[in-house]
Amino acid sequence: MKIKEVDVAIVGAGSAGLSAAYQAATAGAKVLVMDENRLPGGQLFKQIHKFFGSRAHQAGTRGYVIGQQLLERVEKSGAEVWLNTLVYGMQKDCSLGVIHDGEHYVVKAKKVIIATGAKENYLAFPGSTLPGVMGAGAAQTMINVNRVLPGQRIMMLGSGNVGLIVSYQLMQAGADVVALVEAAPGIGGYGVHAGKIRRAGVPFYVSHTIKEVIGKDEVEKVTIVQVDSKFQQIPGTEKTFDVDTLCLAVGLNPMTELIWMAGCEFCFIPAFGGHVPLHDRNMETSVAGLYVAGDVTGVEEASSAMEEGNMAGVAAAEALGYLSAEDAAAKKAEITGRLNTLRSGQFGEKRRVAKEQQLQYMADYQAKKGGSL
Amino acid sequence: MEGVKFTGVPSAEELANCPGVPSEERKKKGRVACVECVQEIPCNPCEGICKFGAITIGEQITNLPCLHEEKCTGCGLCVANCPGLAITIVDKSYSETEGTVDFPFEYLPLPNKGDVVDAVSRGGEVVCKGTVLAVTKVKSYAGTAVVRLAVPMEYVDVVRSMKRLPRN
Repeated sequence: MKIKEVDVAIVGAGSAGLSAAYQAATAGAKVLVMDENRLPGGQLFKQIHKFFGSRAHQAGTRGYVIGQQLLERVEKSGAEVWLNTLVYGMQKDCSLGVIHDGEHYVVKAKKVIIATGAKENYLAFPGSTLPGVMGAGAAQTMINVNRVLPGQRIMMLGSGNVGLIVSYQLMQAGADVVALVEAAPGIGGYGVHAGKIRRAGVPFYVSHTIKEVIGKDEVEKVTIVQVDSKFQQIPGTEKTFDVDTLCLAVGLNPMTELIWMAGCEFCFIPAFGGHVPLHDRNMETSVAGLYVAGDVTGVEEASSAMEEGNMAGVAAAEALGYLSAEDAAAKKAEITGRLNTLRSGQFGEKRRVAKEQQLQYMADYQAKKGGSL
Repeated sequence: MEGVKFTGVPSAEELANCPGVPSEERKKKGRVACVECVQEIPCNPCEGICKFGAITIGEQITNLPCLHEEKCTGCGLCVANCPGLAITIVDKSYSETEGTVDFPFEYLPLPNKGDVVDAVSRGGEVVCKGTVLAVTKVKSYAGTAVVRLAVPMEYVDVVRSMKRLPRN
């Protein structure tokens, strides 16, 4: 067993983790970023579409290009990146159990930032275990990273931005999307994403869900059914489609296992995908020195993840004395401004309210803890 | 239920209230951007890419883009730069019987100039034939091609893309 000592250890080399690494390392901290994947960038390199957001967030630039730019900045910043690296546990003192390059390490850091992202939700229905039923994110990895088409005739369940964007990308990769199915009465994601796949001829079935998947050894047909306002199936409204792949885009949930191990306080916020750690405006959790950033704090999107990573990196560097209070305050004010922008409008409002609630829970917890000391 | 929230297609009412859609008189004068962005989403590349100040959003980036049709030259930079692929250039001055529509197209294979293709509506229905006048794919478009179709005049406000071409 080897010991590795750094100023800041970051788990996850995606949008949030790389942004945090860049900020902390640029300020002068010794930074180690670890990721279990063979490539850094998290979900960014799967995003072949042009991003939304403000020009400050490189809106109009394709996601993988943003990933390349971020990676270049991190490399120049001097942060060390360990790939193919498993962080399997965290002690109460925030030391990390790590397997890297076939060796067992204990990584001891003055500050730890968890940026592990989120994982896809699954849904059970008759036939849901047949090969050919997969997460939309998995299908996106197949086409955009591994250049393998999961099928020719695809049905998508879920009309959030993930379902809409992956449908579009599956068609760009050469597949047909035969239908997009959504249990809610309206389309969840941006209308402009929906418009792209409508123009390509994809029909939308809102207020519908999967009744069953039919097939001997793999997906051959899918039957959908209309649902009422209480999401109960309406008999007699079934429609069956010949498809070879069914993609599920039914939300994500934060990958919080390491944070639970450290004993952080949590709250339950459905809009953020489930249990999320309490954190303050510096992204620091209820465990001193342990920070969180990105989807693990509540599922949002890549631009917000980058800003939360920036915030955690700046705060950690400030706490270690690498940034003056004045410099840190200026940087934080800019980041907060950009985060507020990202959480505005009819689609951002729900996330803004959820984040305020999470911050309030943290303030309440701190007040209570302060009172009992 | 009608409207972009239910069908992915903006309703006639949504388009009528959309500040990015040019007037009938302006379309008859020549090429002009038609910014069919009807939901308040945080996005503003169109404002920044326009060299003529013809599209404004303002400080609050969830505002709908507002077209200032008298300033628009129809240059088309915004068409390829809108991440939502929601902008076209329309022109009802092309000929007595035909107008043109420039739209973003991100599927391979691309059509060739002179091809006659199936022109489709916002809802993806094939509505008429269109003749490809130009296919532009330059570096500043960042991978998005822009196709210009000539279509019968009555379809200029209807056609917003073309049917994908079969892969070999």
